[in-house]
Amino acid sequence: MILGPVSDIPFGEGRTYAVGGDMIAVFRLRDGSLRAVSAVCPHKGGPLADGQIDNKVVVCPLHLYAWDLATGCSQSGQPSINVYPVRADGDQIILGD
Amino acid sequence: MTQRLVVIGNGMAGARTVEEILARNGDFTITMFGDEPYGNYNRIMLSNLLAGVEDEAGIFLNDLSWYADNNITLHAGVRIEKIDRSNKIVIADDGTKTPYDKLIIATGSSSWTPPIKNIHNPKRGFHQGVFAFRTLDDTRGMIRYARDHERAVVIGGGLLGLEAARGLQNHVSEVTLLHAMGHLMERQLDERAGHMLQASVENKLGIEVVTNAMTTEILGKDRVTGVKLADGREIPCDVVVIAAGIRPNTQMVADSGLPVERGIVVDDQMRVQGQEDIYSVGECAQHRGNLYGLVAPLWDQAKVLADHITGRDVSAAYTGSKLSTKLKVAGIDVASMGLIAPENDDDEVIIYNEPKKGVYKQLIIRDGVLAGAILVGDNRKAANLIQAFDRAQALPEERAEMLFDIGAPAGEVAPADMPDDAQVCNCNGVSKGAICGVVNAGCKTVSGVMDKTRAGKGCGTCKPLVQRIVEWAAGGEAEEDPAASWYVPGVPMPKPELMAAIRKYELKSVSSVFEKLVPGGEHDAKSKMGLASLLKMMWADQYVDERDARFINDRVHGNIQKDGTFSVVPQMKGGVTTPAELKRIAEVAEKYQVPMVKLTGGQRIDLLGIPKEQLPAIWADLDIPSGYAYAKSFRTVKTCVGSDFCRFGVGDSTALGIAIEERYQGLEGPGKMKLAVTGCPRNCAEAYVKDLGVVAIDGGKWEIYVGGAAGAHIRKGDLLTTVDSAEEVIQLTGRFLQYYRENANWLERTYSFVPRIGIERIREIVVEDSDGIAAALDAAVEEAVQAYKDPWKERAVPATPGQFRTSLPLTVLPQVPVRA
Ligand code: SRM
Ligand SMILES: Cc1cc2nc3c(=O)[nH]c(=O)nc-3n(C[C@H](O)[C@H](O)[C@H](O)COP(=O)(O)OP(=O)(O)OC[C@H]3O[C@@H](n4cnc5c(N)ncnc54)[C@H](O)[C@@H]3O)c2cc1C
Ligand code: SF4
Ligand code: FES
Repeated sequence: MILGPVSDIPFGEGRTYAVGGDMIAVFRLRDGSLRAVSAVCPHKGGPLADGQIDNKVVVCPLHLYAWDLATGCSQSGQPSINVYPVRADGDQIILGD
Repeated sequence: MTQRLVVIGNGMAGARTVEEILARNGDFTITMFGDEPYGNYNRIMLSNLLAGVEDEAGIFLNDLSWYADNNITLHAGVRIEKIDRSNKIVIADDGTKTPYDKLIIATGSSSWTPPIKNIHNPKRGFHQGVFAFRTLDDTRGMIRYARDHERAVVIGGGLLGLEAARGLQNHVSEVTLLHAMGHLMERQLDERAGHMLQASVENKLGIEVVTNAMTTEILGKDRVTGVKLADGREIPCDVVVIAAGIRPNTQMVADSGLPVERGIVVDDQMRVQGQEDIYSVGECAQHRGNLYGLVAPLWDQAKVLADHITGRDVSAAYTGSKLSTKLKVAGIDVASMGLIAPENDDDEVIIYNEPKKGVYKQLIIRDGVLAGAILVGDNRKAANLIQAFDRAQALPEERAEMLFDIGAPAGEVAPADMPDDAQVCNCNGVSKGAICGVVNAGCKTVSGVMDKTRAGKGCGTCKPLVQRIVEWAAGGEAEEDPAASWYVPGVPMPKPELMAAIRKYELKSVSSVFEKLVPGGEHDAKSKMGLASLLKMMWADQYVDERDARFINDRVHGNIQKDGTFSVVPQMKGGVTTPAELKRIAEVAEKYQVPMVKLTGGQRIDLLGIPKEQLPAIWADLDIPSGYAYAKSFRTVKTCVGSDFCRFGVGDSTALGIAIEERYQGLEGPGKMKLAVTGCPRNCAEAYVKDLGVVAIDGGKWEIYVGGAAGAHIRKGDLLTTVDSAEEVIQLTGRFLQYYRENANWLERTYSFVPRIGIERIREIVVEDSDGIAAALDAAVEEAVQAYKDPWKERAVPATPGQFRTSLPLTVLPQVPVRA
């Protein structure tokens, strides 16, 4: 599934996409690769796409808990988040394998 | 061989000494004689018995079965008349003779009767209606008599007299306290404290107090009808209680040829001087010239005596006691210990006096230890002071901490005493158990535990407790966290080195810092915001602004709310607005159906609950600059109306506040910078508790305070300096803020920064320019001021694609583009 042009997401930031009934946050790491996770923070519903990231984790903007972008595991005992396969095909973001 | 031990006196000291001897398995057959017809009771509690807060059953310490169980022969109600030392026997008033190998004299004291005409009745001891206050029988008699009478007079304004007066209120409707001296409790309190106490006793308890009152005569033929004072005054009453002091019971002992001065003279082993087998303990004993009238010393004496007499420790020595007392009257706090007045010129005397509240506190410190203290009206610190006094503990540098609980979390709890589910962090709801779990799982640094649990990451006040729990759970000491000194967690350098490296390599973007200064070049999400702030401060308009380094608030210039919406706080310099501006705000609020319009604690208007995608349009309609309520930056300058309108104003605080805000608006820093300017020391703008607060004082001068706080921490700012003109205030404000920006740790507010550096040092640098950097600080802040751009102008064209695109449809349905 094509979500849109990669250039819609600035380096190091995330944007939310509605896919079917799901909300998915897609991040474009500073090394250029993409990550996709569930957009809603399992803690108290914070918007993860507004969080800060590095090449490993996303930090939720509301209470600053962190999750691993590759595995979805919490680093602080919170429930994990879903991770989705995502890649760039040329200029487009492709969700799914 | 089992020895015969005889004890004369079955009071508090006698019985306690026997308990101590039993505890040491002393090999004695014990016989006790007590003048009073009871087992041993707690004399102290007679005050509570009289006051009706304790009943008789509750005051007995050892009942008759205790004596039987311990094979003690008790002769209750039997008085010893003579000690026959040559035959080693004691002779009782019932004629019996009891031999001893060892003898303990614990006869205590009797209440002392001042020479007052008509106080005695030859037939029945005291005149009818007159009572002493020493024994259970006294107390019973007093209660029985007082029940059918109206007015009581208590003679004696010491601890005992006050407690008697309070207790009598339980039985009669009017109580007058007569004291022969100039102020109450003159042995424990200085004059001022005594007067304070008198006011409380009169106003709070309704007991009339007469000082300098010498009672000369008891009036009434068959029973008391009043008392007469030396000045001729007569006070009608039908009950008189004498609490004028005590005299040790030594007559019988002196008559038996033992050494008696004011009391029975004992050595450091509590042996009667010159006697191998006779000891004395309690109020009747005179040790190193001192007599004691309180129980604490006799507990110590009893231990030494028991150690010696049982051979447990024959060199045990009693060296004297330090005295502290507390008044046992509900609602009237009085505590006293040690000296009540300084004796030497270099005794340090600290006094706090608040007559209106009836609070008075005095400390006397000698050679760094507490030599005396008086507390009236507030006993909260009594326990700590008594401990410090008793153990001669080192005292806090900040003496005021001894008198008050200052901004500190309430009493230090020991981690061991806390239940597992006790909430430690009240912001993030972290329990002691959760912290211990993380420590047990191997994370033994305080910062590591804080990261994992988020404990201490809210308002921060629980950090010391988190630290103590981590230390405790780690079995004593937490591991040193090397990262503790780093400016941000992901770059291994303290601030000065970090800044030097950034300058050396000319690192102007956050990612370049990670790539150059972190081994392996690893980026760290949690370090980005701090680095962005630092680089912006260092490079001003040369800073390469990578938007992802910003926290969401700084990307969209609003404060993110719990539902993912944002707040809009327009600038309102100095809290001053205009009707036109208010109209615009009102129109915007209506047009966008803003869920809440609120006045903030920072003197402006907050529009809350704005969806991200509406922000640019709202800014455009408002057309007011941002108030920066979302950033780690210069926030507001609160002002009061000042000299323009206020009848007390001595400086134009409003104009100065606006000028300061105009100049330093938006300045980013390691923490928030909140300021205030107030027109006189009445401080309506709360300038004393701001990061920087300016106070107009008479004569056209301005005081500048720094390091104040009234958020999660409360601290009055330190006076930096006093200047003559508004221009100087503006200049020094910039210089101080720049010094703070360059030297404070990330998120370190001025309330931590100023005490860390020290106000004297800051004054040297900022005011006196002793380091010669004032001009550089001024230039740096000027550059930052020039680089200021209103972020809300960034609205026509988004700075990044989708800058204002919603991230979550929390309240509305998806508006994000869906391309399938
Ligand atoms: C809006 C306001 C409350 C209000 O309705 O009045 C407010 C709201 C917030 N304060 Fe505040 N503070 C507000 C005045 C204050 C004040 C009073 C003042 O500024 O005069 C203080 C005490 C002074 C001080 O700063 O210490 C204050 C001390 C805090 C603190 C504690 C800081 C500390 O170290 O002691 C925090 C937490 C922090 O900074 O980490 C905080 C944090 C917050 C945050 C930003 C929490 C957050 O990170 O989301 C709140 C945003 C709520 C929201 O959803 O928008 N707020 N906050 C006030 C905005 C004032 C303004 O116009 O700018
Ligand atoms: C109302 C009241 C309140 C008090 N409140 C406090 C307080 O809050 N804090 C504090 O530290 N202290 C307080 N005290 C003082 C404290 O009670 C005494 O310091 C303590 O009781 C002294 O113990 P003692 O054994 O030396 O004397 P006592 O307890 O008086 O015991 C001596 C006993 O020996 C008996 N006796 C005397 N001569 C003979 C004899 N020849 N033969 C046989 N028996 C004899 C007496 O009858 C008495 O029972 C208070 C005292 C009173 C009266
Ligand atoms: S506005 Fe301030 S005090 Fe109120 S809930 Fe938010 S942070 Fe706490
Ligand atoms: S909502 Fe995300 S950390 Fe709390």
